[in-house]
Order: sequence, then structure tokens, then C-alpha cells
Amino acid sequence: MKAALTSRDALLTYAIIAMTAVIAYRFPAFITPSSLANTFNDTAPLMILVIGQMIVILTKCIDLSVAATLALTGMVAALMDGAGVPLALVIPAAIALGAMLGMVNGLLVWRVGIPSIVVTLGTMTIYRGVIFLMTDGKWVNAHEMSDAFKALPRLHVLGLPVMSWVAIAVIAIFAVIMTRTVLGRSFYAVGGNPHAAVYAGIDVGRTQFAAFSISGALAGLVGYLWVSRYAVAYVDVAGGFELDVVAACVIGGISIAGGIGGVRGAILGCIFLGIIKNALPVIGVSPFWQMAISGTAIVLAVAVNALQNRPKGRLILKTTETGARA
Amino acid sequence: MSILKKILTTAALTSAMMAGAAQAENVKIALVVKALGIGFFEAAAKGAEEAAKELGDVEVIYTGPTDTTAEGQIEVINSLIAQGVNAIAISANDKDALVPALQKAMERGITVISWDSGVAPEGRMMHLNPSSNALIGNTIIKLAADNMPEGGEVAILSASATATNQNIWIEEAKKVLPNYAGVTLVDTVYGDDLADKSYREAQGLIAKYPNLKAIIAPTTVGILAASQAVTDGGLIGKVNVTGLGLPSEMAGAVESGATKSFAIWNPIDLGYAATMLSYNIVKGAKAEAGAEIGMGRMGTAKLDDNNEAAMSDPFTYDASNIADFKSIF
Repeated sequence: MKAALTSRDALLTYAIIAMTAVIAYRFPAFITPSSLANTFNDTAPLMILVIGQMIVILTKCIDLSVAATLALTGMVAALMDGAGVPLALVIPAAIALGAMLGMVNGLLVWRVGIPSIVVTLGTMTIYRGVIFLMTDGKWVNAHEMSDAFKALPRLHVLGLPVMSWVAIAVIAIFAVIMTRTVLGRSFYAVGGNPHAAVYAGIDVGRTQFAAFSISGALAGLVGYLWVSRYAVAYVDVAGGFELDVVAACVIGGISIAGGIGGVRGAILGCIFLGIIKNALPVIGVSPFWQMAISGTAIVLAVAVNALQNRPKGRLILKTTETGARA
Repeated sequence: MSILKKILTTAALTSAMMAGAAQAENVKIALVVKALGIGFFEAAAKGAEEAAKELGDVEVIYTGPTDTTAEGQIEVINSLIAQGVNAIAISANDKDALVPALQKAMERGITVISWDSGVAPEGRMMHLNPSSNALIGNTIIKLAADNMPEGGEVAILSASATATNQNIWIEEAKKVLPNYAGVTLVDTVYGDDLADKSYREAQGLIAKYPNLKAIIAPTTVGILAASQAVTDGGLIGKVNVTGLGLPSEMAGAVESGATKSFAIWNPIDLGYAATMLSYNIVKGAKAEAGAEIGMGRMGTAKLDDNNEAAMSDPFTYDASNIADFKSIF
């Protein structure tokens, strides 16, 4: 089991290295340290969101509302900043609002028992609609944001921008939570085998609620970072980004059926996607090919993952079948 | 019998008197917009008032629905017909839905023109485009060329690869490129009107072409994202970002110097020109293919085969005038 996990992550790592080598062959400047740091920084919001999405997917759910949550909290953060609220309050407020939006999803899944894909498909539209109601579709632009609001993610500490450090901190914290805490392990238990989880005294619904709350809070954090980085807030901010988040999870070997996956795989999935996104513009690929290429890369990565998992799945099925026949 | 005769006489007299009164009265021109409370249209109304002041005998009625629906505009048109205005100049929420209401207006002798957002030909006498594709294509190259006297490399950051508007403008820009000596277009990339993708594409251009002097983005999302990428890359002064944008959105970029100048149609001029055209048609100018109708200080509008005309070059905004416009639209 341990060995299989390691080799899957290792395989993805080889794929990333091979891909980077091909890119470097066509555009050598891509592998300069500053360019790689840029790529990492550009991928930071994706990584933070993917951590949240990973936890939700581990519990057999899916959160399609992450990008809308991001857009709504980002807009609220920008409006608060415009109203003169200090940054020290804006960021906690953004995280809290994100967590609340996540809790709405979580409650509907836990208490009302609606499938998560339906819940978040609905709230995705609602959250974007709320932005429209708040602003009448107007934009918040760079000159309407305070300098401090825009400066924080760009501030360089020890050679990396704060945005990269935030992502690193989130990764580190959740690497510990997922492997060393009761809550972290219960996410796996709930997704891996819900019935067994119940017998072990884990409340499945409550755990899913916790997963959505975490995903929402992280989306709230990214909401501020995103709006600050691109210095603009409007209804369609990060439109369609939820699909990138889910794709990165799937590439990283998080099983959509729940219970399988980890922080390391998820982050490798982000790096894979991030490199494709940042390299395609510089290696001179026609825009008509770009979508097809990133799609093919995703399918290939997932296919490799599926092949890796296949022997295990077959074995279980066969044992059960032979057991039933006997 | 006599009663009927009396009524008819009275009616005839009244209408004659009303007609007489109307002649002495002002020309009533209704400026109908997509919705009230939008900065762009408030600015157009300012232009219409300016035209009214210049003409003297014009009363401008600035009106529109509260939300951008064709139904709302139809109600407004019906009430304007009832009020007996002389002309309706409309920026339409729907090309076809307004046609019956506007035809009714024309049957009552009301002059109907569309501006900004057009109505199908059978529903109006003429349409005033803010600018023409050729003028826009030329302007975006000129904006870049003006800030690089020795010439150099420029790249275009567009919306999606299939966006009709942008593709036509880029085609037009490529046609006039030989007129600008030393300016070479090295690449065209597509940011899909997404802030993050446009930002990444702009970064890609900067990395790929170390000698790049200007990024031209004929889209409001792209120009903002490119300005931000140039600012973050510490390249202000080296790479100039230009194209089409809105003053309210671009104020920050102009202030920081990432964008020296950009263009968009001027709504004040547009409202002014629409009012002037309506007045001249009310006063007898024929709106037919090939006709030239005066637009006051904006020159003359030359109608093409579809009875459409282009107003002027897009208006250029820079550090000198951005402050006046950023609160308008």
C-alpha cells in the first residue's frame, strides 16, 4: 500500500521533470530560478484551493462552488478595503466569510442530505449572483484599492512573494492535519468506508460539514489573494477555475470515489497543471492547440493513475466474486 | 349632424393650433438609453445637453428603463409616442424586439435613429456607430507607435481566439502596420478575457520577447491584466501597455505609468452626435445611403449601404485627462 502510493507520486514527479525538460529544450529561460519561482507563485492560489478540494473529495463529496466563493469573498474584501477597513481585519473577515459559505454547502449536504454536486452547483450560481446584487455588475479597480491591500501578496520575504509563503504554510499545516490528527484521519475513514466509519464512532455528515467549512475558508483566503494580485474584482473573477481545481486533484491521484489521496499528490497535481499553464504561452503553441494539449495531459495523467490503481481494484473484486460463488 | 360637424371643426382647429404651437416650440429629442444609472449613458446625456445648448431650439428628454430589457424600452417608446416627441435616438437592448414599436413611431412622423447599440434597419432611419473597425484598428497601432519613436517590437494580447470584434480590429491593425515604420508585430496571444490567463499570457510575452516595447490589448480585461503584469515585473517605462479600456478601470494603470495612453469611444461625443443627427433629420436632412448629415463639431456622418455611419476615431485618454473621465464611465 505504502509502496504503491510512493510509486504513483514518483511517477507523477518523473512526468513533471520530463515535461519541464521538453519545455526547457524549446525555451531555456523557463528553468531559470526566477521563472520557476514565478510559476510556483502563479500556482499558489491553485494549491491552496486544491488542499480544500482534496479534503472534500476524500469524504466522497465535491465542491464546485470554490471559484464562486473565491469571487464573492474577494469582492467583499475589495469593498471592505474601499470602505476604509484596515487590512488586519479584511483578511480574517474574508476567511470567515469563506468558511460561512462553505458551511452553507456543508449544512445542505449534512442536514438536508442533498448530493454535494447538486448543492455546490446551485450555490456556485447563487454566490456569483450575490456579487452581481452587491455591485450591479460594477468592477472594483486598482485605483479604488488601498496600496497596502495590493502590496501584501507581492511583498518579497526571503526571496519569495508572500503569496507563495502563504501556500507553503497552508501545505505544511494540512500535511500535519491530514496525517497526524483525528479529524484528518476521519476524512479518510468517511470516504474510504462510510459504514466502517460509523461503527468506529465517526459522524459521517459532521465530518463532511467540516470538510466543506475548510474548503470554504481556504477559498476565502484565496479570494483576498486573487483580487489583490490581479488588482481587480468583478462578477466573473476566476470563472471556471473550479474545474482546474478538480483537475489538479484528479491528476494528483485523489480518487473521486473518496478515501484515497494525499497532500503530496495534490500538490504535484497543481505543479503539473501550473507548469502547463505557464509554459504554453512561452513555447509558442497556437491558442487553438493549447486547450487540447492541457486536456490531453490531464487525461494521460489520470490514465496512468488508473493503471497504477488497477491491480488493487481487480484483486478485491475477484476475491469477492469467487467468495460469493463458493 | 351639426354636433358632429362642430366636433370635427373643433378637432381640426385644435390640431391646427397644436401644429402651430409645435412649430414655435422646441424640437423635442428623446435620448433613450439601455438603462438609467449607467455612467456611460449619463455621459452621453451630457453630450446631448451640450448639443441642445448649441442648437438653441432643442429640448432633450433623457430617458430609458431601469433595467436593460427590451420590454422596458418598448414601454418608454410608447410613452414617447404619446408625448409627441419629434425624434427618438436609441441605444437598443435588442436589435429586433424594438422594431415594431419604433416602426409605429416612424408612422407617426417621428424621426428614429439608433446609436451605440443598433436596431435592425427596418426599425430606424439610420444607425450611428461610435467608430469603425478600420478606425479602431488604426488607433490601437498608433497609440503604441506614438510612444516608441524609434520603432520596435509590439505584441497583441486579445480576448478569445474566436472573438469577432477583436479579430476584425486586429486584421485592420495588421493592414495599417506598414504605415508605421520600424514597428513590428511579433506575436498575437489570447487571454480569453480572464484576468488570470491574460496576466499569464502577458508575462509569457515579456519573457519570450526581451526587446518588447509595447503590449496592445484591444479588450478591457486584457489591458488591465497586462498593466498589472508589467507593474509586477518592474517593467514600467520599458514595456508600454495600450489598447482599449475604460477610464474608470484604467485610472490606476495610467497613474502608475504602466499605460501611457489608451482609447475608447467618448460617450459625450456620442450623445452629442446622436442629438445633432436627430435634429438635422427632423429639419429635413434625408437619411439614405450615401447621404452626408452634419454632426456639429464632430463633422459629418457619411451613411453606407445599410444607412450606418461611424462617428470618429476612438478618443484617447492619458494622464492629462483621465482624472476628468474616471468618475464618468
